[in-house]
Amino acid sequence: MTGDPAVRCTGLRQQFGDTVAVDGLDLEVRPGEVFGLLGPNGAGKTTTIRMITTLLPAPPGAIEIFGVDVARRRSAVRRMLGYVPQQLSADGTLSGRENVALFARLFDVPRRERTAQVDAVLDAVDLLDVADKQVKTYSGGMVRRLELAQALVSAPRVLVLDEPTVGLDPVARDGVWERITAIREATGMTVLVTTHAMQEADTECDRIALMHRGRIRALGTPAELRGAIGPDATLDDVFRHHTGDTLADRSGGLRDVRAARRTAGRLG
Amino acid sequence: MSVLPVAPPAASAEDPGPLGILATAVRRVATMCLVELQRLRHDRSELITRAVQPALWLIVFGQVFTRIHAIPTGDTPYLDYLAPGILAQSALFIAIFYGIQIIWERDAGVLSKLLVTPTPRIALVTAKAFAAGVRAVAQAVVVLLLALVLGVSLSANPLQWLGVVAALLLGSAFFCCLSITIAGLVLSRDRLMGIGQAITMPLFFASNALYPVELMPGWLQVVNHVNPLSYEVEALRGLLIGTPARLWLDFGVLVLAAAAMITIASSLLPRLVRG
Ligand SMILES: Nc1ncnc2c1ncn2[C@@H]1O[C@H](COP(=O)(O)OP(=O)(O)OP(=O)(O)O)[C@@H](O)[C@H]1O
Ligand SMILES: [Mg+2]
Repeated sequence: MTGDPAVRCTGLRQQFGDTVAVDGLDLEVRPGEVFGLLGPNGAGKTTTIRMITTLLPAPPGAIEIFGVDVARRRSAVRRMLGYVPQQLSADGTLSGRENVALFARLFDVPRRERTAQVDAVLDAVDLLDVADKQVKTYSGGMVRRLELAQALVSAPRVLVLDEPTVGLDPVARDGVWERITAIREATGMTVLVTTHAMQEADTECDRIALMHRGRIRALGTPAELRGAIGPDATLDDVFRHHTGDTLADRSGGLRDVRAARRTAGRLG
Repeated sequence: MSVLPVAPPAASAEDPGPLGILATAVRRVATMCLVELQRLRHDRSELITRAVQPALWLIVFGQVFTRIHAIPTGDTPYLDYLAPGILAQSALFIAIFYGIQIIWERDAGVLSKLLVTPTPRIALVTAKAFAAGVRAVAQAVVVLLLALVLGVSLSANPLQWLGVVAALLLGSAFFCCLSITIAGLVLSRDRLMGIGQAITMPLFFASNALYPVELMPGWLQVVNHVNPLSYEVEALRGLLIGTPARLWLDFGVLVLAAAAMITIASSLLPRLVRG
């Protein structure tokens, strides 16, 4: 089992009607790294994540998590994953603690350890002092941190984050990244994260895959990617070089914009 | 920072067999019911606002029709006859709404997150179904208190009360999953809201909730016979006010209907997530 990559995707494809969302994607995430999937609206990031997390069907052999086939052993794979979807998805009517405890139960964390584990992850995201407040009183950044706690309470081996900072202000964004980095250092967890913010990918990720129209166009450390283009190149230049397009210019379809708006919206 | 849980070294869990799924389902039902109680604790006012409609039925409709003796219910006062029907109605509305909520949960990413836990689809749907039941039972307490205040004479036998809880849980499980099933077919919230409204009133009127079966025209009696709500009402009425009821038949129909609907709803869940 050792030596297996944390995530391995081989020839991944997904089609919705006529739209090819993921088009032959190959990917290997190494154990313990922060791996960024970077791409514009509609690139296929969420679709890829949803296949990796068993939410969309994948054929046998296409995806393995630490050597375990996602198509064949869904339950075992889910036990290894902590997932934070693109939308703000905590339950606003419950308290922060109840939100986290729910996921401890859903992952069968033994009762004896549950209370301590819930407190530990709430502490790790700095929400212990507001843990008993209803989540609808939280700010967007706090909800994101709470979702991190929800994903962490089952001690996953791979943390999968879909645009964890979209819609957050810069301070909240740093707050989320600070926690992700600290948690990774404390546990050695693998982190797979999608984003369309180049700056963020540049500073926070060990390695980056540039995704465009369902495919990986370039892969490497941020420095490698920039270095290959020129001494002063930014990731945006890298992106343009590989796609003939810029991240900023490309606006997605209505569906993408609507999804992004939903993400930014606060919890009701 | 306190000590974070560190992952076990290897994937230990095998995919569960049928017994494993059953055990998981039982745990998930308990978890979701607990969450439902927590939600209720945070928002008790909802119990009151949702009691307004059944209260109107009992106070206005019930009392007027009791006075004018328009609906023959034998020795039973009409208000007593009506109370179990209104109880079932309020449970029906809650359950249908609970199913509608799953579309919102899908749009908000909540459903995805639940599905990336080691919870078989059918266990998740069963858990939702009974969580709807928990809410319906909580609401029933409010409606029954009101009925007592209005002078309805209810059974004092605790065993029969257990039966009432069981009937409400099963009925709610069925209607919650009916609503999840429709959600899985139409996939959009607007369409589901429309359909939800379009089916709840007919389900209610084509049942014995308001009037005895014998009063219905022939075609309505046929509908009544295939309407699980009628069996729920018959059981509730028999248990609460002691009218004749075929309890074995009633509970048999409710158990089978709930089991069938849970199965159907689970099979549509992947479609709902993909949509
Ligand atoms: N359920 C669906 N039905 C139909 N089309 C879909 C569905 N999900 C995604 N798509 C389409 O597939 C393509 C990829 O979408 P995806 O959500 O994976 O992109 P993304 O990279 O996550 O974008 P964003 O940055 O907006 O989140 C888009 O064109 C999108 O419209
Ligand atoms: Mg996305």
